[in-house]
Amino acid sequence: MPAIIEVNNLCKTFGEVSAVNDVSFLVNSGEVYGFLGQNGAGKSTTIRMLLTLIRPDSGSIKIFGLDLKQKRIEILRRVGAIIEKPDLYKYLTALENLRIFGTISGVKLSSKDLMSRLEYVGLAERANSKVRTYSQGMKQRLGIAVALVNNPELIILDEPTNGLDPQGIADIRNLIIHLSHEEKKTVFISSHLLSEMELIADSLLIIDSGKKIVEGRLAELISPEKSVVELITVDKAATLNYMMSSPWKENIKEIADDKLILEMKKSRIPDLNKELVNHNIAVISIRPVHSLENFFLSKTQ
Amino acid sequence: MLWQLFKIELFKIFKRPRTFIAFGAIAVIVVLIQFALKVNGKDFVELFLDSQEDIFDVPYEKIMNGYFVCVAVLHTILIHVPLLVALIAGDMLSGEANAGTLRLLAGRPVSRTQIVLAKFFASSVYVLLLLIWMAMLALFLSMLIFGTNDLVVFKEDAIHVMNQDDVLWRFIAAFVFAALALTMIAAMAIMFSAFAENSIGPIVATVCIVVVFTIIEQLRVPVFKETIIPYSFTSHMLGWKGFFYVVTDADGNTIDGSVENPSALVRSALILLGYIVLFLFITIRYFKKKEILS
Amino acid sequence: MANYLYIAVLFLMGVDLPRGHDINETLRKVKEKYDKVDDYTATGKLKTNILFIKAPVATVKVYYKKPDRLRIKNEKGVSLIPKGTVNINPNNVLTLKDYESFDGGIEKVNGKDCRVIKIFPLDDKNDISRATLYIDETEMLVMRSVITSKENGTYELVLTYGSQKDWALPDKVNFTFNTKEFKLPKGISIDYDNGTAKDSKKEKDKKGKIEISYSSYVINKGVADSNFD
Repeated sequence: MPAIIEVNNLCKTFGEVSAVNDVSFLVNSGEVYGFLGQNGAGKSTTIRMLLTLIRPDSGSIKIFGLDLKQKRIEILRRVGAIIEKPDLYKYLTALENLRIFGTISGVKLSSKDLMSRLEYVGLAERANSKVRTYSQGMKQRLGIAVALVNNPELIILDEPTNGLDPQGIADIRNLIIHLSHEEKKTVFISSHLLSEMELIADSLLIIDSGKKIVEGRLAELISPEKSVVELITVDKAATLNYMMSSPWKENIKEIADDKLILEMKKSRIPDLNKELVNHNIAVISIRPVHSLENFFLSKTQ
Repeated sequence: MLWQLFKIELFKIFKRPRTFIAFGAIAVIVVLIQFALKVNGKDFVELFLDSQEDIFDVPYEKIMNGYFVCVAVLHTILIHVPLLVALIAGDMLSGEANAGTLRLLAGRPVSRTQIVLAKFFASSVYVLLLLIWMAMLALFLSMLIFGTNDLVVFKEDAIHVMNQDDVLWRFIAAFVFAALALTMIAAMAIMFSAFAENSIGPIVATVCIVVVFTIIEQLRVPVFKETIIPYSFTSHMLGWKGFFYVVTDADGNTIDGSVENPSALVRSALILLGYIVLFLFITIRYFKKKEILS
Repeated sequence: MANYLYIAVLFLMGVDLPRGHDINETLRKVKEKYDKVDDYTATGKLKTNILFIKAPVATVKVYYKKPDRLRIKNEKGVSLIPKGTVNINPNNVLTLKDYESFDGGIEKVNGKDCRVIKIFPLDDKNDISRATLYIDETEMLVMRSVITSKENGTYELVLTYGSQKDWALPDKVNFTFNTKEFKLPKGISIDYDNGTAKDSKKEKDKKGKIEISYSSYVINKGVADSNFD
């Protein structure tokens, strides 16, 4: 797969603070690339450098194989982005905002085309309302519509699910999957919702204090061999007794007050359940916890 | 793309309620002045001609005509109208930074130079429309209310009287010059706007500078006369008034169609243009390098 | 005997003997001529030559009604007309009742020999405190007058006659009068400094001049009183 984004040795300092410190990564065409990090890790700074809002102190950025410094306008015509919360022109309607950003992005869209963009994000009925009357969720959806207005090949989303309710979050997830799988777009997304990222990302990079911690395919980083499973039973003592005297002993990772935390293959959960039942241990709950969250925390703490 | 951006900026200007506040403010200022002069016009003229009342028969009603009132209104171009221009132009970049839309705009396939130029041209059109509105009210409405007659313009040490047939072209020229002066104010306000993240600073800075330089100029302190005043844009902003200073022949009679020292007006216009270019240059240079963190 | 010899010598020297010239008779004849006009209306071109007033040549209407009502009006435009122009007509002097007059000899005005007659009104209430008339005795026309009035100061009239001299109505009047400095307080006028230098020579001249060139006289056809309001 050809690389859509190629970042090499990117550095940016603000005063004495090193916001981005020698970060390199590669985003391949058609993939959903997760960009993860705690608050202040350098995610937004990196994204702003990708969109030429900030100039890097050193390093190089290539998008679509073109140098960003030399071919900025050509590149940005093929990119759509939301940075943090999408602040749009509050005194204009959704339609007017969309038309403006479409024009600026180099596309001339008819009112019909613009309305279809708004339908895509579920805002067609409020097309002629001023943005100042929108809820946060509606603004977020409009922001996504603005990011997609020029039918970009690369979509950069910085915290796209901010302010959305669970249904809204699910809608964004489905939209990203659709964009990636059906429309073959490349999506570069930063988010705090690790559970969501685990569901949609193909590759990811974790950044902490401006430095790259890890990068790679999600499937390779989050090993199915090492899923974390949470076990809650009626009689914890009896459960512990049994497990310590069985091969399951190797899988015990942590003994909490009300549960056991195990590290094991997800596919072996039914086997464990069966054996506990056979040994008269009543199981309340046995489930895998989010692998990515654990992986993330393990890397950043 | 510059043309598209310009149209968008103009659209945005005229979608904002504050733009119409400016037009409303002009209407209020002009109507107030007209009302005051209608009620108290004689006292106003007496302010200028008090010392000559013993010597001359002063035709107060004739002097207080629509053209005279329009000149009185044009004096508001010095302080009041620049505030209204700064209100819009000073918000051009900093307002977008404050609202968060600047990052959306600057992250699009447009150059920062184009963004600045589009905003400047749109501000210039706004200035022009503001002045056309002012002309309609200050000139044509005054002509309707006060009638027309010869125009009398007072200088510190002279009284210039122009034939009424020789007046309209002067007003056209004066308004065009005023448009240049106010466009310079817009350019300055946009420049300040590039440095700030909210609009109050640029608007206040622009108005303060105009006020301070106007005061320096009016104080007539000799050390300022040699150093600051020749280059102060406020002295040149008054160039519109130069179109109402007529030349006399050897017998002391004015020559229709004449203007005192037209080369001074050309010089003032070029200086104002120079300031526009300077402010734009600084704005573009700074804005191209500016890191957009808002 | 000596007296006659003396006179004979003087005569031979060509000296003008005091012939006992009757200036009052001259004044009477001049007045008689000016009295022929009861009223007139005329159109005039008014030129203003005052240091601090820059005005275009104005078309004015002049209205006169015997004995002393005179009004100059710019009906279409704006003109600053000196208050003293009410005395443009020499009749104001000629109609004085009690006065003393003195012969001032002969002086030339516009190339013509004129009898100079100095007049001092005796009535303190009169606005005119003194007047000097320069009279062309061949035509019985006042060519020049210098009048000092209590209200309007001292002003000078020079009159040029042409087609209407039989009516003692001038073709042109030059009116010179005292002016007051015109200077506005700082900050009132808010001037544009266009670098125009002041004429320092002219500044010292505290006199203003206006010139009216008359045409289209309508004489003794009646003039409404409202024209003098």
